[in-house]
Amino acid sequence: MTYEPWDEGVATAMLEPFTSDATLVLVALQALQARFGFVPEAAVPLVAHTCNVSRADVHGVLSFYHELRTQPPATREVRVCRAEACQAVGARDIERAFADAGHPVGSRTSALAVDAVYCLGNCALGPTVEIDGAVHGRCDTDIVREALR
Amino acid sequence: MRVCISDDTAARSVGADAVAHAFADLADVEVVRTGSRGLLWLEPLVEVETPEGRIAYGPVRPSDVEDLLRAGALHGGAHALRIGDIAAHPWFAAQDRLTFARVGIVDPRSLDDFVAHGGFDGLRRALTLAPSAIVEEVVASGLRGRGGAGFPAGIKWRTVAATESDRRYVVCNADEGDSGTFADRMLIEGDPFTLIEGMVIAGLAVGAEHGIVYLRSEYPAAIERLEAAIATAHLNGWLGDDIAGSGHAFDLEVRVGAGAYVCGEETAMLESIEGRRGMVRAKPPIPAMRGLYGRPTVVNNVLTLASVPAILRDGGSAYAARGVERSRGTQVFQLGGNIARGGVLELPFGVTVRQLVEDFGGGTRSGRPIGAVQVGGPLGSYLGPDELDVATDYEALLAAGGMLGHGGIVVFDDTVDLLAQARFAMEFCAIESCGKCTPCRIGSTRGVETIDRIIAGEREDANRELLDDLLVTMTDGSLCALGGLTPLPVRSALRLAATGR
Ligand SMILES: Cc1cc2nc3c(=O)[nH]c(=O)nc-3n(C[C@H](O)[C@H](O)[C@H](O)COP(=O)(O)O)c2cc1C
Ligand code: SF4
Ligand code: FES
Repeated sequence: MTYEPWDEGVATAMLEPFTSDATLVLVALQALQARFGFVPEAAVPLVAHTCNVSRADVHGVLSFYHELRTQPPATREVRVCRAEACQAVGARDIERAFADAGHPVGSRTSALAVDAVYCLGNCALGPTVEIDGAVHGRCDTDIVREALR
Repeated sequence: MRVCISDDTAARSVGADAVAHAFADLADVEVVRTGSRGLLWLEPLVEVETPEGRIAYGPVRPSDVEDLLRAGALHGGAHALRIGDIAAHPWFAAQDRLTFARVGIVDPRSLDDFVAHGGFDGLRRALTLAPSAIVEEVVASGLRGRGGAGFPAGIKWRTVAATESDRRYVVCNADEGDSGTFADRMLIEGDPFTLIEGMVIAGLAVGAEHGIVYLRSEYPAAIERLEAAIATAHLNGWLGDDIAGSGHAFDLEVRVGAGAYVCGEETAMLESIEGRRGMVRAKPPIPAMRGLYGRPTVVNNVLTLASVPAILRDGGSAYAARGVERSRGTQVFQLGGNIARGGVLELPFGVTVRQLVEDFGGGTRSGRPIGAVQVGGPLGSYLGPDELDVATDYEALLAAGGMLGHGGIVVFDDTVDLLAQARFAMEFCAIESCGKCTPCRIGSTRGVETIDRIIAGEREDANRELLDDLLVTMTDGSLCALGGLTPLPVRSALRLAATGR
C-alpha cells in the first residue's frame, strides 16, 4: 500500500469538513491514517483544534483502537489470524513459522510488520493470513516465504 | 456465454480472482462476479450458464481451467470437478434460504438483478402499511436479534417507535467481531441491497430518517460493496428524501470500525459512532429509549435487518411457521474451523449441532475424530463430542450451558489442547476489555496467570479454586457480556480437558 508523506498543510486542509464536530474525532483520525499510513503525534493538536475537543480526548481515542497507529507502516504489513477457527487448523504453527523466520507476531521493522488479528471472517478456509490487505486462506507455513518475498 | 465466479473474500482467499481472469480471457465468455453460494470448501466455484441451468465446477484452480475447457465445461461437460446444479446439491437443497436467498445468485453490484430476483418486494409492501402495522408484522414473525442476545426485534422497534423524540435512528451492527462468524460479511458482499431494504423498512416502522451501518475495518470488500450499493440506491430513489415516490425519507451512512471487539457491544458502538473511545455504557437507559446522540435508536445486527424484507413480503406468520419453541424462523449458521465442508447455511431453528457438524459439515477436515465444538463465538461454550445432540434453539442451548450467539460453529479435532483454548478465551478478554469494570479488566489478566499456573501444574487445586472464584466474580460483576460470558468458554474447556472428553 502506498501513502503520502506526512504534510501538515495537506492534513489541515483535509480536516476542514470536520470543523467543530466532536463526533468526528475517530473519523478524522481514520482519514489521516488512510492518507498518510499513520497518525503522527503532530496530528493530535490538529484534530483537537479542528474538532474542538481536548488533546487528551484525541489521545484517548487514538490509544483505544487497535488499528490506529502512531508509527509509519512497514513496507509490508502482515496479519496472522489468531482466533479459534484458525487455531483449529494450525494457526499456531503459522505463528511459530513466522517466529522461526525472525518475525514473531508483534515484531516490526521498516520492511515488515507482523501483527495478530482476531478473525478476518474467513473461518471456513483457515488458517488465514492477510498480506498487505489481501486475505489468504488455507495457508500452510509456506505463507511465510510469500510474506517475506 | 455467462460464467459466474464468486468474488466473496473467502473465495478470493483461495484464488478465485486468478480463475476469473483465466475465464475472462476467453472469447465469447462473460464473467459475472457474484457472492458465494456458501459451499466454501468448493471455492473457487465456477458456474456455467447452460440451457439446462447453471452447472458448477469446483474447487477450480487456475491450472484446471484448460483441462475444464477441453472437457467442454462451457457446455456443462463431464469432469472430475463437475458438481452439477448447486440448487440440487444435497447441502444446498436441504436449506431454507430466506435471508440468503439471493446471495451467490445475483450480481451484488446490480440493482436491476436485485429487483429481478424479488428485491424491494418487502419494502413495497411496507410502504402500503401504517408504521405500527410494520412493527406488528415483525413482532408476529418472532424474529429475534441475530447479533447474540436474541432479543425480540419487533418489541425493540415498538419501544423506539413509542419513545417521544425529535428524531430517531436505525443503527446496523456490522461489527461481526465473533471469531467463527462471517455471515454478515457474506451478505453484505453478496447482496448488499437486502440490508439497505431492511434498514429502510426499519426506518419506516419506527419513524427514523437516518441510518448508520457500523462495519468493521477488517472487511474492506464489504465496505466498498455497501458504499457502492448505497450510492446506487440513492441514484434510483430507494434512499433519500422521497423513497420510491412515497414522500418518506431515509438516508444511510457507513461508519468503519477500528479493530476493537468490544465495539460490537451496542452501547460501545454508539460511543464509537459519536467519535469516542468504545467504552460500554451502563444500562438503563437502553438504546431503544436513549441511544445515538441520546435519541431512541434501533440497534440490530445485519442478519436481523436483512431478515425483515422477507418477513414483510410473506407476512410475519409465514416466517414464524418455521423453527421451534421460541426460536422462530431461520438461522444462518456458519461452519468453520477444522471441518470438511465449511460454509454458510440457512436452516429453520432446531437442527442439532451434531447434524450441522456431521451431516452438513462432514466431520473434521483432518479426518480425525471431533475433539470439541465451540458454538457462538469467543464467548460461547465448548461442547464435547458426546454433547452435540443439543438443538440450535436459544433456550435449549442456554439450558445446555451454551449460547447460540451469532450462529458460528467452530470444530476442533481430537488433537485440540483444551487448556490452551481456556487460556486463549481469557487472554482474548484481557486484550479486548474496554476497561470499565475491574472484574473484566483485572480479572482476565489474573485469570490468564492462574490458568498458566494450572497448566504448569503449580498448586493445582488451590489455583483451580482461585480461578473458580474469579469466574464467579467476572460473571456477576461485569457490565457487559465480554467479561460476563468469558467464563463460559473457560469453564467448559477446563471441564472437557479434565474429563479427558
Ligand atoms: C462484547 C460484545 C460484542 C458484541 N459484538 C457484536 C457484533 O459483532 N455484532 C452484533 O450484531 N452484535 C454484537 N453484540 C451484541 C450487541 O450488543 C447487541 O445485542 C446487538 O447488536 C443487537 O442487535 P440484535 O438484537 O439484532 O442482535 C456484542 C455484544 C457484546 C457484549
Ligand atoms: S465487562 Fe469488560 S468489556 Fe464489558 S464493560 Fe466491563 S470492562 Fe468493559
Ligand atoms: S478465525 Fe481466523 S478468519 Fe475467522
